[in-house]
Amino acid sequence: MTSAAVDPHDHGDQALEAPTWRDGKRYAWMLGMLVPSFPLAAWALVELTGVGVFWFVGPFIVFAVFPFLDMVIGTDAENPPDSVIAWLEEDRYYRWVTYLYIPLQYTSLVAACWLWSSGDLSTLDSIGLALTTAMVSGIAINTAHELGHKRASMERWLSKIALAQTGYGHFFIEHNRGHHVRVATPDDPASSRLGESFWEFLPRTVKGSFTSAWGLEVKRLKRMDKGPWTIHNDVLNAWAMTVVLFGVLTAIFGWVVLPYLIVQAILGFSLLEVVNYLEHYGLLRGKRDDGRYEITRPEHSWNSNNVASNVLLYHLQRHSDHHANPLRRYQALRHEDGAPQLPTGYAGMIVLATFPPAWRRVMDHRVLGHYGNDVTRANIHPRVRKRILARYGGSDATAGAA
Amino acid sequence: MSRYVCPGCGYAYDEEQGHPREGFPPGTAWSDVPADWVCPDCGVRDKLDFEQDG
Repeated sequence: MTSAAVDPHDHGDQALEAPTWRDGKRYAWMLGMLVPSFPLAAWALVELTGVGVFWFVGPFIVFAVFPFLDMVIGTDAENPPDSVIAWLEEDRYYRWVTYLYIPLQYTSLVAACWLWSSGDLSTLDSIGLALTTAMVSGIAINTAHELGHKRASMERWLSKIALAQTGYGHFFIEHNRGHHVRVATPDDPASSRLGESFWEFLPRTVKGSFTSAWGLEVKRLKRMDKGPWTIHNDVLNAWAMTVVLFGVLTAIFGWVVLPYLIVQAILGFSLLEVVNYLEHYGLLRGKRDDGRYEITRPEHSWNSNNVASNVLLYHLQRHSDHHANPLRRYQALRHEDGAPQLPTGYAGMIVLATFPPAWRRVMDHRVLGHYGNDVTRANIHPRVRKRILARYGGSDATAGAA
Repeated sequence: MSRYVCPGCGYAYDEEQGHPREGFPPGTAWSDVPADWVCPDCGVRDKLDFEQDG
C-alpha cells in the first residue's frame, strides 16, 4: 500500500523546500469558489434574457454541464511525488481556497433570501432559485468535509459553519467517528449495498446518520458524566446554528423565505447523500480471525480521476486515499492503482444513481467483477439478498466456506 | 505515564494529559480507555491497534 509509505503529518525532519514538481491543478482549485456565485449568475441571466428558466441554472451546471465536462476533459491519474507531499500540504494557498468558500456561500444565501422576498419572482422562479441555492449548500458539505477532518480547531469550527445552511451539523460527528470507522460494512448507514436503490438508501442513511451521531455524542458525554441535553453536545450546538441562521434570515426577510430555506436544505443534504451512495456501493471489508473487520484498504472505495468533478469536489473522488489517510489535505490525495474505478466522474454518476435500473445495469457487474464474480464477497442489501444470490450463482453456504 | 500512538495518523494518547474532550481527564490510564475507542483524529484505527511509545 503506497499510501502508508509516507506519513504526511510528520513533517518534523523534512526540509520543506519548493520542489521542481508543479501542480497542474493549482489554480483550477479556485473553480470551487465559483459555485457560490450560481444564484447571482441565475439572477444576471434572467435579467439579461428575461427567460425565467435560468433560475434553474445551478442544477443544470451540476447535473448536465459537469458530466459533459468529465467526458470531454477526461481523466488524470497523476500523483504528486512522495517527496513533495509534505511541502504541498503546508502550502497555505490550498486551504485558503476552501476557507473562502464559506463567506461566498453565505453572501449568496443572503442574496437568495433578498430575491425570494423581493416579490419579483413567481413561485416557480423561487423554486428554481431554491434548487440553485441547494447546489451551493450541498457542495458546501463537501467543503465542510475537507475542513472537518483536520486537527486545527479553527478548521473544524469552519466546517460546522459551512454545514449550518443544510442543518446537517451532525454530519461532522457521524462522518469522522462513525462512517470512517464502519465504512464498507453492513453496520454503516452511509455505505450503500449491492441491490439497494438510491431511493431506498436515502431515508436509511439520513435516519441512520442522525441516530449514529446522536449515539456517539451521548456516549462521549456520558464518559464526562454529562447528560445529552447540554450545549456541549455537538449535535445540538451545530443544529442551534441552523436555528439561529434560519431565524435571523426569517426575521429580516419575512416568513416567505422559510419554505425555500427548508427546500434548499433538504435538497442540499440529499446531494451529499447521493454522493455517499456511489462512494462505496456494494463494497465490503472482510473479517479477520479475531472477528474485527479488516482495515480499510484502497479496494473499499469507488474512485474516479475525471478532472472536472475532481476539481469541483476537492479530489473527493480519490476516495481510497482519503479513507486510508483521512487527515491528508485534498491537494495531496493520490490516485490508487488497486482501487475500483467508476466509469465516469461523480457528477455523471449522481444523475445515474437517481435512475435505479440504469445504475444497476452500469454498476452491478462492476461490483461482481471487482470480487472475481464471487457475489458473496459483496455488501448485499438484505431485502434482495436471495434474489441476488440466485441471479449471480452464489449461496450463503459458499460464503461460510470462503 | 506512557504514550500510545495511532499507527495510522500519528496521534498520541498521553496518559498524563488524557483527552478531556473525549471524557478522559488528565491521568486516565490507557487501561481505562474502552477497547472500542477509535482514534479521535483519523477514525481509521482503534485502541487495539495503538502502539506504546516510551
